[in-house]
Amino acid sequence: MSRTDLRDFKRGFDDAFRGFTREYGESIENFFNPLLQFLVWFEKLLISTPWPLMIIIISVLVWAGSRSWVLVVGTVFSLLFIGYLGMWEDTMYTLALVSVATLVCIIIGIPFGILMSKSDRTQAVVTPVLDIMQTIPSFVYLIPILLLLGIGKVPGLIAVCIYAIPPIVRLTNLGIRLVDKDVLEAADAFGASPRQKLWTVQMPLALPNIFAGVNQTIMMALAMVVVAALIGVRGLGMEVLRAVNNQYITLGFMNGMAIVAIAIVFDRVSQKFGKRLQKHTEVIHG
Amino acid sequence: MASHGIEIKDLYKVFGPNGAKCVEMVKNGMSKAELNEKHGHVLGLKDINISMPAGQIQVVMGLSGSGKSTLIRHINRLIDPTAGAVLYEDVDVCQMSKAELLEFRRHKTAMVFQKFALLPHRTVMHNTVYGLEIQGVDKAEAKKRAQRWIERVGLDGFEDHYPNQLSGGMQQRVGLARALTNDADILLMDEAFSALDPLIRTDMQSVLLDIQQELKKTIVFITHDLDEALRLGDRIAILRDGEVIQQGTGQEIVLNPADGYIADFIKEVNRGRVISVATIMSDTPLEEATKVEVHPDDRLETAAHAMAEQEETRANVRDKSGNLVGSLLLKDTISAMVTAATH
Ligand SMILES: Nc1ncnc2c1ncn2[C@@H]1O[C@H](COP(=O)(O)OP(=O)(O)O)[C@@H](O)[C@H]1O
Ligand SMILES: [Mg+2]
Repeated sequence: MSRTDLRDFKRGFDDAFRGFTREYGESIENFFNPLLQFLVWFEKLLISTPWPLMIIIISVLVWAGSRSWVLVVGTVFSLLFIGYLGMWEDTMYTLALVSVATLVCIIIGIPFGILMSKSDRTQAVVTPVLDIMQTIPSFVYLIPILLLLGIGKVPGLIAVCIYAIPPIVRLTNLGIRLVDKDVLEAADAFGASPRQKLWTVQMPLALPNIFAGVNQTIMMALAMVVVAALIGVRGLGMEVLRAVNNQYITLGFMNGMAIVAIAIVFDRVSQKFGKRLQKHTEVIHG
Repeated sequence: MASHGIEIKDLYKVFGPNGAKCVEMVKNGMSKAELNEKHGHVLGLKDINISMPAGQIQVVMGLSGSGKSTLIRHINRLIDPTAGAVLYEDVDVCQMSKAELLEFRRHKTAMVFQKFALLPHRTVMHNTVYGLEIQGVDKAEAKKRAQRWIERVGLDGFEDHYPNQLSGGMQQRVGLARALTNDADILLMDEAFSALDPLIRTDMQSVLLDIQQELKKTIVFITHDLDEALRLGDRIAILRDGEVIQQGTGQEIVLNPADGYIADFIKEVNRGRVISVATIMSDTPLEEATKVEVHPDDRLETAAHAMAEQEETRANVRDKSGNLVGSLLLKDTISAMVTAATH
């Protein structure tokens, strides 16, 4: 392609996309409106809940997931520290974003993983797409998202989900494919329909893998918090960004450490929970 | 529940993409090795005709790779045949629609697997109700029915254990309980006891025979073990390279092995446990008195034991209706127990 051709091509494509945005931008925004409402509602819920109550709720969840007192104590201390250093509200914003993003990833990712496990062709098509989603620099897809939806929570959420969804799709697919053929055959022999097989054998046995996927998805969502802040998502990421812009070392570290603390809690809880799920699924003979 | 037999008719299975075409070649005499070499297809089963008796145990025996698992999987169509029919209650399983097949598997068959194939994430109880759950039976009712079989196979008190907390023998008891709870007429057992230690295996055989006494199901039992085949099988079919090379009762096979291969197979068999009194008795009852009376269906081992116990050298044979039908000499008994077949 010659230089002029290339320039014309780029310009033509960009113009076409802008045209598309003018035409459909609003309906796309409306489409995502329920998601926005949900995120806003969840943020308000977390922020308006009095902090002592919030700490109790989180502790209970951590205990339910991990059954580890050490982790509960660690979580309580981290939260108290975060509050003491004035980062409570930003932490709640970030928590809301990561929770909703993870939820979206689970709701979309698991069915996709199931579809992918059912056909080798789907797997062959979806795998490279997932590879691209994970490796392409996130700024690249921020551009069309920004053009379409402007600055705000929803574009931030979408950017986070694009980056964070691949592991859950992959591991759902893998988990289902790794299910013991003998057990599947037994389900067939007892006359299980494909749906019954999915719910009584494949999903339960894939669960530990699916959970590993959820864990990775959460970690990746947290890693995207700062990038999301670039397009206007409030929270710890925004503060990090402010610290970068103003060269506030302490502010940067404090907010960074808060993100790390959340990450560690999420990671340990979901790992411990995943391990508990796995306890009986290991086949031991004799 | 009245049992029905299973009729396997002209069944062929060729593994590979062009199986149907290869069947013609096999029918025209191509061997398994040739088919594999020239066309890259595997001959799984060739011209199988077995009439499996209702309410009895049909054993299918053969060495590893002879096609036993392939054959038993045709009965509930976990494997589709390349040609032929599997008839049950005059319906060809191979022609059933998807929905009919699911119904057939749910209500008419149950299966026990060599590697147990239990659901590892479920307790013994939840494994046992699996078939009923698939059928859509109410939970409480399913539990009640399962409990009965859990007790029957000796797993009382283990209801809440997970499979990986149990020994192999106990896991297979769960497999058996799961199959029996399905309350199906056909019980398919693919080397169900092969993975177990010898003592536990004998134990499980006894459990099965005991249950069969009561239930009279149509059981298809796969094994590579001749002693197991002879102990369990009302009828035995022997497979080699996907072909049936002999079928009949255990005694028929031991007394008249079809070829050298089978003769080799049965060389080490305890014939006293296979041959019945009726086979070698004389038709005339004894003139003189004897303390020992045996039954025509008794095995020679039992008869010899009875005579030895009473220090007698002869016995009268009395049938079920109480008539004296013949007699038996200890000398003949022992010689029948130790002579090899004349092949
Ligand atoms: N899915 C398959 N594809 C190709 N060959 C197969 C397949 N399943 C079984 N076979 C072949 O069919 C033959 C019989 O196998 P199988 O029925 O498992 O024997 P057995 O249970 O008696 O050990 C073997 O030669 C095996 O390699
Ligand atoms: Mg086998």
